[in-house]
Amino acid sequence: MSANARPLSPHIQIYRWQVQMVTSILHRATGIALAAGTLLLLAMLLALAAGPEAWSGLAAFARSWIGLLLLVGWSWALSYHLLNGVRHLLQDVGWGFAIAQFVRNGFLVSIGSVVLTALLWLCAWLKWGGA
Amino acid sequence: MTALRTPLKTALALGSAKHGVHHFLVQRITAVALLLLGLWFVWLVLRLPGLDYAGAHALLAEPCNALLMALFVIAVFWHAQLGLQVVIEDYVHSHGWQLVLQVAIRLLCILGAAAGVLAVLRIALGR
Repeated sequence: MSANARPLSPHIQIYRWQVQMVTSILHRATGIALAAGTLLLLAMLLALAAGPEAWSGLAAFARSWIGLLLLVGWSWALSYHLLNGVRHLLQDVGWGFAIAQFVRNGFLVSIGSVVLTALLWLCAWLKWGGA
Repeated sequence: MTALRTPLKTALALGSAKHGVHHFLVQRITAVALLLLGLWFVWLVLRLPGLDYAGAHALLAEPCNALLMALFVIAVFWHAQLGLQVVIEDYVHSHGWQLVLQVAIRLLCILGAAAGVLAVLRIALGR
């Protein structure tokens, strides 16, 4: 733990950005965002337990532009963390470690998360029309 | 090469942290649970905009949905605690803040899980 001036290995700013590091950083970032997003989950459950007034207040908030923005961000974070989580689980059993595969499924997961989010909102929009 | 570790250490397989692979395993087990529960959760949330309060309440009061929601809440906060623990271990270098944040995260996650499960119980067991 001594803090003398030993040489340090190069940190993140020295490396060229590439999909491997972006997927890793995004997994953490979306994980932290989803941890904060549990407040939305709790708000939903507590409002439903509290009664109709609390529920309609929450529904109005969810339909406001800031509520929709939070829900879109939350649904993308969930989509990304879910897909990249599956990628991590597959890597844990030893699949997809060759560099070419690793890069390819990194792009697959990133693009897939946007597609999945769009599909979710398309479903919601087709079913309920403009939220 | 001569092994410098005692056979007992290998047998226990607990490593320097003395927790073995417990954290790793629980993080993955909750991840698999959340993969399944998460898909169910998305299906449930997509049904909500078309329902009024009574409809939403009735949907969650169904025994199967109430059970899955309680499990989802527990798995979410358990998985979140394990994930945030690693993030704090990696990026917070002060001993004091490390202790404060790790304890705070644990207590907040227990609070969140308990509040969520209590709300589900109130919904499911009627009023």
